[in-house]
Amino acid sequence: MNALILEKLNKQFGSSVLESSEFRGELTLIVPVDKIVDVCRFLKEDSDLRFDILADLFGLDMYTPAKRFGVVYNLYSLKTHYRVRLKTFVEENHPHVQTVTGVWSTANWHERETFDMFGIIFDGHPDLRRIYMPDEYEHYPLRKDFPLMGIPGSLYLPKK
Amino acid sequence: MGLENALGDSLMLSKLEDAINWCRKNSLFPMPMGISCCAIEMMAFAGPRFDSSRFGSEVFRFSPRQADVMIVAGTTTYKMARVVRKIYDQMPDPKWVIAMGACTSSGGMYRTYSVVQGIDQFLPVDLYVAGCPPRPDNLLHALITLQQKIQRRESKGSTTALIGEFPRHEPKPPIVT
Amino acid sequence: METATHDIPRKSKILQALEDQNTSVTFVDPLENDLILNMGPQHPATHGVLRLLVRLDGETVTGCVPEVGYLHRGYEKLAESSTYHEFIPHTDRLDYLSPLANNVAYVLAVEKLLGIETPPRAQYLRTMISELARISSHLMMMGSIGMDVGALTVWMWTFREREKLYDIFENLVGARFTTSYTRIGGLAHDMTPEAEQMIRKFIDEFPANLEESEKLINTNRIFIERTDGVGVISREEAIDLGVTGPCLRACGVNQDLRRTNPYLVYEKLDFNVVVYDGGDSLARYYVRLQEMKESQKIVRQLLDGMPKGDIHAFKPKKVLPRKERVYTKMEELIHDFMLVNFGIDPPVGEIYHAVEGSKGELGFYFYSNGSGNPWRMKIRSPSFVNIQALPAMLRNAMISDVVAIIGSLDPVMGEADK
Repeated sequence: MNALILEKLNKQFGSSVLESSEFRGELTLIVPVDKIVDVCRFLKEDSDLRFDILADLFGLDMYTPAKRFGVVYNLYSLKTHYRVRLKTFVEENHPHVQTVTGVWSTANWHERETFDMFGIIFDGHPDLRRIYMPDEYEHYPLRKDFPLMGIPGSLYLPKK
Repeated sequence: MGLENALGDSLMLSKLEDAINWCRKNSLFPMPMGISCCAIEMMAFAGPRFDSSRFGSEVFRFSPRQADVMIVAGTTTYKMARVVRKIYDQMPDPKWVIAMGACTSSGGMYRTYSVVQGIDQFLPVDLYVAGCPPRPDNLLHALITLQQKIQRRESKGSTTALIGEFPRHEPKPPIVT
Repeated sequence: METATHDIPRKSKILQALEDQNTSVTFVDPLENDLILNMGPQHPATHGVLRLLVRLDGETVTGCVPEVGYLHRGYEKLAESSTYHEFIPHTDRLDYLSPLANNVAYVLAVEKLLGIETPPRAQYLRTMISELARISSHLMMMGSIGMDVGALTVWMWTFREREKLYDIFENLVGARFTTSYTRIGGLAHDMTPEAEQMIRKFIDEFPANLEESEKLINTNRIFIERTDGVGVISREEAIDLGVTGPCLRACGVNQDLRRTNPYLVYEKLDFNVVVYDGGDSLARYYVRLQEMKESQKIVRQLLDGMPKGDIHAFKPKKVLPRKERVYTKMEELIHDFMLVNFGIDPPVGEIYHAVEGSKGELGFYFYSNGSGNPWRMKIRSPSFVNIQALPAMLRNAMISDVVAIIGSLDPVMGEADK
């Protein structure tokens, strides 16, 4: 099944699927940022593959100087019961990714959570605002340079 | 002694304060601020096995205006703290607070950026219950201890305290023209 | 319109989001404009700290914005500073109505990363506790939907059943509720014959007790009229919104991870996947009710077929050794020290493993860089995604249906807010 996915993607998009790796039977594909929506749409609508459920969408902080942040998409197919994983990487000074809410509407809240935790901005998102932290919070908690105990004084606490 | 012996069993003498405290302690209606896992044990505390209504807490009043004691059960985050404080401010005097569980007493197992390390940072707490989550019998013990505290006049329960102690107002001098 | 809270000086973005959905701003007649009602985080019916901002036209709901995050405890950041073993007690507090199932899900994901396989007795026991946790969670749902609709007795009776389950857990594990029973490579300790007796007794009496509570509401006209046709979501919309679990099976989609991607011993067991048509609250209630009966069948099959044997995998550098050997033998002492202080030695790579939790697909993703702490851990929580489907379900419902719909969706905020 992994070979079938790779063959179809290579036929459709040429060699823009940069890298693919397999670990414990799971296929991971690394896709460049500008092609991510097209790849997602192709994987959803192809009649053999039909990855119609986006199980998860989240960010990843690699803490490397180049291509620091990654966005990971976990897909599941109701027809073939198969899973595949897509990853894209963005730079730290320009963390913009196209939104996939046009392909799956469930990406709405997942992308809001990624924005809240990492600061990755999704272009074209209908309603990009924080979901877990209060609206006026200024930091991005899941980045590696943010301390676990938080920054004292950054959150409002009522007086006793 | 004396007067009570002469008059028999139909008369009881006490201070007014003690009598009012006895009434207050036996009808503590809790307001459950159930936030996370401790809320399930609080529901079990109100449930059929560990019945809280046999100790006077007949119903759980969800409206703060009708409750006496607020049981904060669950991890309080900074986002939730302003809500908890607002609800505490809406409760009428006398009011007491029970901090249930490790998360409300001191932050619990979450030493992270979004969890308040103990609700006593923004609320005056009367009783801390240990456990993660505390068993319902533990919470019953806490309720009984709070009742004893009220009876012994150790817990004032409000800013204007018990009966008889009103804040003193000095009359303003008249404006002499 | 200004918000009434004095401590937030500017207009909240969430109100902005609610108002921007098809507003018309000319108020000629003051009774013609819509009301924005705040069902705040502290509310008896919202199953935890969920805030709902509902836009009403009279009594009909025209728009709804759920706000989560009031219980965000920072699990994923916490996981990056703890070892894989240290995180097991935290997984109890995710879906706190069925904590044993979360333990099993987490440990299965770590074992997939390490590539170790547990002995058969441990697998049977893990399957059994997952199903008992599922029964516990669905009993709670039955109680709360009864309580939300107004039938308080159902809640009292299902809580009596849950107390019996808590007694079983206390005997089996040591704690009523936050159990932390599983370990990487096996379980904490074995099941005693006394615990097995208690489980058998519970399973034998369970159908009769369930029927007693069921009879109260199944044919009750008030309950049926309050939940039938209420909160309808279509099949395509449910798949698009990523809904999983009993809510998806109530829309007619035959999707159950125990059947399609089997894990543990589900392949050998004989059970039905419960699917109902309709997508309304009554279908969601019926799916969970039938699932309880299927779980009871599964537990009976597991008890009858339980193999004897070890409950720990024998992999000295990855699995915590047994305590009596730690105190007497040298190698086990060293292994115990290294495993507790520096963590297991996982290979470099990433995996994702999902199980069928009682609310839907509960998945754990690990990105490991070879050290004892995970570099990134993500929890795919089913309640987070199910709450996202709430605005679609509340379209054109009445304000009094909101409570019944949330009850039938059965969200758990500990999981949704991580």
